[in-house]
Amino acid sequence: MSVLKVKNLGKAYRKYKSEWMRIARWFGLPGKASEEHWVLRGVDFSVEAGEAVAIVGQNGAGKSTLLKMITGTLQPSEGSVQISGRISAILELGMGFNPELSGRQNAIHTMGLLGFSSDVIKANLGAIEDFADIGEYFNQQVRMYSSGMQARLAFSVATAIQPEIIIVDEALAVGDAAFQRKCFRRLERFVEEGTALLFVSHDLESVKALCDKALLIAGGTSVEFGDAKRVCDLYEKMLFGGAVSGSSHVAELPAEKSSSYDNALVSKCEESYGDGRAVIESIWLEDERGEMANVFPGHVRARICCRIRACDNLQSPILALMIKTREGVSVFGTDSKHLANDIGNIVKDELIQVSFAVDLALAPGTYYLNCGVRDSASEQTVFLHRRVDALLFRVTRSQSSSAAVGLADLSARMNVEYTR
Amino acid sequence: MFALIRALWSYRAFVISSIRNEFVARFSRSRLGGLWMIIHPLTQVAIYALILSNVLAAKLPGIDNRYAYALYLMAGTLAWNLFAEIVNRCVTLFIDQGNLMKKMRFPRITLPAIVVGSSLLNNALLFFAILLIFALLGHAPHWAILWLVPLTLAVVALASGLGLILGVVNVFVRDIGQVVPIVLQLLFWLTPIVYPINVIPEELKSTIQFNPMYPIITAYHDVMVYGRTPQLNHLVVMASVALALMLLGLFMFRRATPEMADAL
Repeated sequence: MSVLKVKNLGKAYRKYKSEWMRIARWFGLPGKASEEHWVLRGVDFSVEAGEAVAIVGQNGAGKSTLLKMITGTLQPSEGSVQISGRISAILELGMGFNPELSGRQNAIHTMGLLGFSSDVIKANLGAIEDFADIGEYFNQQVRMYSSGMQARLAFSVATAIQPEIIIVDEALAVGDAAFQRKCFRRLERFVEEGTALLFVSHDLESVKALCDKALLIAGGTSVEFGDAKRVCDLYEKMLFGGAVSGSSHVAELPAEKSSSYDNALVSKCEESYGDGRAVIESIWLEDERGEMANVFPGHVRARICCRIRACDNLQSPILALMIKTREGVSVFGTDSKHLANDIGNIVKDELIQVSFAVDLALAPGTYYLNCGVRDSASEQTVFLHRRVDALLFRVTRSQSSSAAVGLADLSARMNVEYTR
Repeated sequence: MFALIRALWSYRAFVISSIRNEFVARFSRSRLGGLWMIIHPLTQVAIYALILSNVLAAKLPGIDNRYAYALYLMAGTLAWNLFAEIVNRCVTLFIDQGNLMKKMRFPRITLPAIVVGSSLLNNALLFFAILLIFALLGHAPHWAILWLVPLTLAVVALASGLGLILGVVNVFVRDIGQVVPIVLQLLFWLTPIVYPINVIPEELKSTIQFNPMYPIITAYHDVMVYGRTPQLNHLVVMASVALALMLLGLFMFRRATPEMADAL
């Protein structure tokens, strides 16, 4: 049974020549909006009882507008939202708290705002206090609370009585790890017992862990609705991949493209700078067979190759590379000097090709590659040319990878010995 | 219309706790707390009494009390205070509560209901304070004072109707919020609160009749100071005007509710 049905939902903000015209329209006088600005249009999806659905999309895609229409604070301009049961939204925790009142008084007040009668409120107050677990602070004024304590109280109040639909926003990120875990446990229990969960997050890992389905919102409309993993992959592709047009460097590569080359996996955020004495013309990855690839199973041999053209006579330049995660955490870096490998002198207009053979002992995930040519003569680090986030590659989950979480793949092999 | 009443009823716990919280919050950090709500109007009465009593006291026939003018002032202030408080708060109500309205779903009608409830509570406190002062000044209340119950309802209807209309429009046309205090100030002086009606030149008296607060204030004077039944014919007209304004206010409120969150 669907607890939430969203049909062809759209929201337009209308501007009138004069606000008085808007007011005249309430009385049935004719008047047309001079300007219509659609922020969301054509969203269709439905959520069954006990289903966890994620809503993903970039900032400004229209997620908040959608949620506001589902909760009913914004009126849709077209389409409809059908809800069976009560909906509880944990958007921006701590909403409506009066700082001058105690936690207890605020809990009573907010429960009232959610539409509960005083009997129900009284019956649940003890449970709210227990779950919030803020001790004596419960009876003190909210202005003395830390933001984490406010989040605890707010979540406790919002989930005191199990709703048919619950909406959880990024707001949960305020609490400490232990409380977050406690919140998620409660949410998981709700879902098991038939509450539908709408989860909005930019953390695709927790989306995939928590949700069965996902809705991708982009450019003010729903792009895809379906299996969470598939939608998350699509979203990731939108964020980090994109059109092949940005791959002018790839065009004249010597290696054959292997079957495991994903054309969409192209960095859209490359930054390139340097003093111009050298140009890194191309960077690519090769698999064991020497074919160009950017998708690898875990724990395979690969080669990082780059082709550099000298625009001046160069004395022993240093070539450096760095592998980073999407979040910018350095995973591995090295350079030719560290590897005790002198590139030697290069004359102007000479073209060299350098390759690093590596063991891709990485956990599954998407990684960026930086590459740079440095001057060995100068004291300070002077880049002749540096390309940051020049290349994207993905390590997939496979038989050969042993990492469950983390960054590195330490090739774990398990062995159990029994002594009887 | 019934939907509004039903929503209000099911959210009564919220309305009541909001009124109580507002009251409690006022006491939480100031020593006199809610008493300030009484002290303000009474100080105003004291100022007018001090400055104007010699000029105007003689023009108050029909009361044999040394403090007749003070009594007269207090009766008018009781009515005007309720009216002005509801109108003033309703005008900025939806803008003040904009954050809440954008984030939470609840019947919007509870917001003006809270204002009316809270203002009534303040007015009741002021009323008892005034009764006490009346007793100190040696003026015993007449049974006609029971008329205050329907009179208060009439003030509430007039003020909340007007306040709702202005409050709704103010969301979209913010100038309203600036104009209202000026108009209220003007209306205060066009209503016989500080002065008796007989100081007004004859030709202006007919104009002042159009002021909807005029029959109300006069009725307050009648029942509190002179101890007589108010003139019902004026009041019926005024009550109809109040009812009409209230219905118009509710109508506009219902039409505006879906669009308000867009403009806040």
